[in-house]
Amino acid sequence: MGIFDKFKRGLEKSRDAVFGKLTGLFQGRKLDDSVFDELEEILIAADVGVDTAVWLVGRVKQAAWRERLVDTVRLPNLLQMAMEEALAGVDSRMRTAETGPSLYLIVGVNGVGKTTTIGKLARRYRDQGKRVILAAADTFRAAAIDQLVIWGERAGCDVVRHGPGADPAAVVYDAIMAARSRSMDVILCDTAGRLHNKGNLMAELAKIQKVASRELPGAPHEVLLVLDGTTGQNALNQAKAFQEVVSVSGIALTKLDGTAKGGVILPIVREYGIPVKWVGLGEDIEDLEIFDPAAFSAAVCQP
Amino acid sequence: MLEGLSNSLQKALGKLRSKGKLSEDDVAQAMREVRLALLAADVNVKVVKDFVDKVRERAVGQEVQRSLTPGQQVVKVVYEELTQLMGGQQARVRMAAVSPTVVMLVGLQGAGKTTAAAKLALSFRSHEHRPLLVAADIYRPAAIDQLQVLGRQIDVPVFSMGADVDPVKIVEAGKQEAIRQGADVMIVDTAGRLHVDTELMDELARILQLVPADELLLVVDAMTGQDAVHVAEAFHEKLSLTGVVLTKLDGDTRGGAALTVRAVTGCPIKYVGLGEKIEPLEAFHPDRMASRILGMGDVLSLIERAQQTLDMDKAQEMEGRLRKAEFTLDDFREQLQQVRKLGPLDQIVKMLPGVNKLKGLDNLQMDESKLQRIDAIISSMTKQERSDPGLMNASRRRRVALGSGVTVRDVNQVLNQFEQARQMMKQFSGVGKRMGNKRAALQSLKSMPGFSGLSNPAELMVGKENPLLPGPGDAVGPRRHHKKKRR
Ligand SMILES: Nc1nc2c(ncn2[C@@H]2O[C@H](COP(=O)(O)OP(=O)(O)OP(=O)(O)O)[C@@H](O)[C@H]2O)c(=O)[nH]1
Ligand SMILES: [Mg+2]
Repeated sequence: MGIFDKFKRGLEKSRDAVFGKLTGLFQGRKLDDSVFDELEEILIAADVGVDTAVWLVGRVKQAAWRERLVDTVRLPNLLQMAMEEALAGVDSRMRTAETGPSLYLIVGVNGVGKTTTIGKLARRYRDQGKRVILAAADTFRAAAIDQLVIWGERAGCDVVRHGPGADPAAVVYDAIMAARSRSMDVILCDTAGRLHNKGNLMAELAKIQKVASRELPGAPHEVLLVLDGTTGQNALNQAKAFQEVVSVSGIALTKLDGTAKGGVILPIVREYGIPVKWVGLGEDIEDLEIFDPAAFSAAVCQP
Repeated sequence: MLEGLSNSLQKALGKLRSKGKLSEDDVAQAMREVRLALLAADVNVKVVKDFVDKVRERAVGQEVQRSLTPGQQVVKVVYEELTQLMGGQQARVRMAAVSPTVVMLVGLQGAGKTTAAAKLALSFRSHEHRPLLVAADIYRPAAIDQLQVLGRQIDVPVFSMGADVDPVKIVEAGKQEAIRQGADVMIVDTAGRLHVDTELMDELARILQLVPADELLLVVDAMTGQDAVHVAEAFHEKLSLTGVVLTKLDGDTRGGAALTVRAVTGCPIKYVGLGEKIEPLEAFHPDRMASRILGMGDVLSLIERAQQTLDMDKAQEMEGRLRKAEFTLDDFREQLQQVRKLGPLDQIVKMLPGVNKLKGLDNLQMDESKLQRIDAIISSMTKQERSDPGLMNASRRRRVALGSGVTVRDVNQVLNQFEQARQMMKQFSGVGKRMGNKRAALQSLKSMPGFSGLSNPAELMVGKENPLLPGPGDAVGPRRHHKKKRR
């Protein structure tokens, strides 16, 4: 199964929900203001947010005028084009170190799927023949280290860990040393979930980043912010706050296998220009896909 | 962007408030703003629609139009309806006639069930119950370990059978174990699952068939967006929930999901989670949630926290000295330290209404270091100087600047701030006698740098500044919730 298929399959439910509404809306309707109002509402119901929904509908309206449309048949296509426009320029490639290991720091609020995403990424890089090591820098949450160790076993890679309550920056430091001496290609650093409005915890993250960049030139090569696809407009606050502290370079959007649509990434990409790189589509180790703007838009608005 | 919306909402409603007569346009404009504010808070689109319709109906109705201050009435209606929609009064937990009471926590992955289970156990224990935690999440790696670690931390027994046993069996055996131990409450931590995962939803139904729950609580992340409606609907339809636990409310989310879930299930929100530290879950206050969703901050929680954290004796002693005009730099510093105990500044500030109007709030991180600087500056003064800042002439200021590694300008600034605080507190000490301790707590807050631009907290409390907080005479006054928090 190709990536696109898998991605689409994962998004099937959400697409059904949106398209269910769209077909109803589009069937034999004349194109008037009420159609656009309803379209706006559907977008808001997908967590796109009022501002971006208004913007998208505006784009669709313009295009409809240009094409002198009188009915709604082509509306899904126009909407898809507008969405792709909003996501334009998203580069989902991961940056890698020129020499030596690449260090990826995984951050986010509590319970979004950081540890799981690390397990999935580890498997993916292992499958590509890379040597991967995990750093258990969530020393705070109960049994977080054990959880990562289990993922390490599943993915077939070692985990650098200290005891509960240890300094997370020290764990990252050790991971870098281990990666160097054992010539690893990828270091994946798990971090404790933290709410973005907690200054002291965010400062801890900045410290981890500082230690990483001091010990390994160019590191962290990516700071991935994990966002839960079911999150609403608060994801914008999360993106802003994390970006300010650790210069987030990409987003992993998880839990899109449910009915949540993850529409909040549209305003995030539009406002903060942070590219979405990965999509989580389940709890299994394979349930991770590269984010594809076209597929995302298509899956959301096409049958 | 979000703050902007709540600003315009406050403006729109503020405008209404002063009107003697309401035109259709006035109402329409206000309703538009209410809609936007609710949507920005992630309240479900349909729920918003129903809500706005209801408010509009009442706003153009007799009750409002015939009142002497129709504008004010509309404001009251919005607030009332919102509070009503979230359940009006606080809801309590249902205890079984025959022990053990079975409480089961269900929800999506990552909602915070395990943490909530431990907190709930703590709540029960502090009410003289003997809880038993049952680990029924066999899917997520190390989920059982997590519950066990938490159980040890709070000294509550945890029943588990490992990850290779059917959860139905675990819960059944858990109940037997509860009876054997004489535990009167068993709290079941279940695996997170998607509401569309029929297999796992069936598993819950099977558990409940054998071990019916007295309380079946849906755990919902307060940051959830529009999807909350599907989740709540599916769980409720399949399992008949009895209540909701709203987690991660210590973030800066407006938490509109609370409204959605409540509207969809009709179940009361019984508890809220306010942090990772294992403390008893807190009771849910519909009225406070109402103002939070509308972007008006959560002054009451802030005041409660201030009451708990601040040293009231010290505050009162300080107040006495203030009256005798003895307030010194030492007192000033003492106050700053007390305020810092309240928690990170950015968090405190977010709880204050109207705070978005203050400038420079983006740089709160810096403010924390500012506090440290003030501390350093005051420490570099002699005892004499601290008790009589009038002594601080130019050369003394230079010396202090040198000693604390700052510029003379910084020193001047601190002295000015101190003077401002002193002035403000003088004014304040005459206000609001009936507030007792609260007043002392607020004084400390007020003297904080950066807060000097705030309007009088006494006014905030009775809602003069906030069109949506009912005034002192109104029926839904927030004050009656000042009961001491349950411990
Ligand atoms: N359905 C679904 N569940 C997911 C996905 N990603 C993660 N999860 C689940 O979400 C829950 C939380 O995942 P974790 O990886 O522990 O999240 P975390 O961010 O590391 O959590 P903390 O470290 O506690 O902050 C687990 O039950 C995961 O199985 C996904 O893409 N889809
Ligand atoms: Mg984790």
